[in-house]
Amino acid sequence: MKPLVVARGVVKRYGAFTAVDGVSFQVMEGECFGILGPNGAGKTTLVRLMASLSPLTAGQITVDGLDVSRQGRQVRARIGLVPQHDNLDPELTAWQNLRVFSRYFGVPKAVAEERSGELLDFFHLRERARQRVETLSAGMRRRLIIARALINAPRLLVLDEPTTGLDPQARHLLWQRLRQLKAQGVTMVLTTHYMEEAEQLCDRLIIMHEGRVLAEGSPQALVERYAGREVAEVHLAPFQDEAPVLSRLTGARGLVWERAGDVLFIYARDSDGLDPALLRGMGERVVLRRANLEDVFLRLTGRGLAE
Amino acid sequence: MTLALARPDLSLRALRLWQRNWDVLRNTWLEELVWPFVEPLVTLLALGVGLGRIVQLPGDESYLEFVAPGLLAIFPMWAATSEAGWSSYFRLESERIFDAVMATPLSVDDITTGEVLWAATRGLISTLFILVVIAAFGTVASPLALLVPLAAVPACLFFAAISLCNTAVARSVRSLNYFFVLYITPQFWLSGAWFPLEELPEWAQRLSWWVPSAHAAELFRGLVRGGLEWGHMGHLAWLAVAALLFYALALLLMRRRLVR
Repeated sequence: MKPLVVARGVVKRYGAFTAVDGVSFQVMEGECFGILGPNGAGKTTLVRLMASLSPLTAGQITVDGLDVSRQGRQVRARIGLVPQHDNLDPELTAWQNLRVFSRYFGVPKAVAEERSGELLDFFHLRERARQRVETLSAGMRRRLIIARALINAPRLLVLDEPTTGLDPQARHLLWQRLRQLKAQGVTMVLTTHYMEEAEQLCDRLIIMHEGRVLAEGSPQALVERYAGREVAEVHLAPFQDEAPVLSRLTGARGLVWERAGDVLFIYARDSDGLDPALLRGMGERVVLRRANLEDVFLRLTGRGLAE
Repeated sequence: MTLALARPDLSLRALRLWQRNWDVLRNTWLEELVWPFVEPLVTLLALGVGLGRIVQLPGDESYLEFVAPGLLAIFPMWAATSEAGWSSYFRLESERIFDAVMATPLSVDDITTGEVLWAATRGLISTLFILVVIAAFGTVASPLALLVPLAAVPACLFFAAISLCNTAVARSVRSLNYFFVLYITPQFWLSGAWFPLEELPEWAQRLSWWVPSAHAAELFRGLVRGGLEWGHMGHLAWLAVAALLFYALALLLMRRRLVR
């Protein structure tokens, strides 16, 4: 596999504020690459730089071998961008939205019409083709934006928080469609703060915080490395001291703990797991579960408010 | 600043944005064109015919004949400036059309160019309509009037470009009003469309060199009423130079607005 996107030492500053602070990564052809991070981590900025919408302050990004700073038009011709905020053309119908967008890319009319039909079928929007987009539901609009992003048959599909604000049904339908696209070989870059979304879709991901990359790897590798196999959530009474609980664990190897409010998180990082007997009777309630990406995310970016 | 001084990055794709606006107009032409079509008609009836009965001009020209070419200067000005004003602002901030277009092979300069060409087109649509109406009222005295659509191009481009400059620096839709109230409305009344500028005091007449719509009114008067002179080329050149200057400024200001 060869890399489709190569980012080296990417920096973006707005005045004194540094939104992206020396980020490097590669996206391989055919993979789904995730960019995770709390609000304000710099995900959207990074996506805008990658899509040649915004000039870099320093560093370099190439897409399909083209420099985003010097060959912006060619880069944008190869990318389909799904922005976080809906910017469908509200004065046009669903069909016209696809048609007008295809013209921006110079897609020949016959090709554009055939592709529009296929995309509307694929995203269950065929019956809505003649409707103005204002009359569509949030889920339909989201699907139409992704259809629009595919109208130029892009080498790279870039999705900025594609399912934010959708209900569970709409979200699952969208995930299904994105998995199908991936199976067809579409390379994707996806930003999200839904861990489930990242686990469902991404082959590899980076976790960003305050403009920097904190960790990189496959979801499984990251979970094993940063959270281990199991996590015990010990729910304490407010202001209860955690020391007596922790003292019972002193014999166990490879445990890491962290307190957030009234919950004590105990990660079995290097050991094979936690002994349930050890935890019995601790706190008001103990939940023993498998570690997931959310644990990684929260361990790396902190459980406090990231505002 | 390096960005602001960079050479324009233009391509024919600018016309794709023009075409998008044309498609929207085809969806909504009745709502969009009722204003630029009905207002000049009513004006011509009220001022040309109604007021015209009691106005006596020096010479044997009727007031209707005097007013008719002036309409070609001021209503297309309204059409072009309001399109590049409120309508472009709406596309920029409410509909976020340009955000979407920026993710395509169009450049920011293409967007600016497409918008200027489109607003100028709206001015030309108004020009053509008024030309037909004043011809129907029998006020066209010279076959040179056929050149009006061509001669109107620099004026329409100028008004489109200067209004887009204002849009590019506007902080809110309300702040567009300064431009329209302080710059366009005075030109509407003081361009020499409604009365000969010679009626104004000496100092005001000298100021009229700076008034774009006054140049347009003189130019169209020459073409429609006959009596075209070399001096009219000066008016055309004035408008063409101003159009170029403000187009260049619009490119800079729109880059500043859109590139972040």
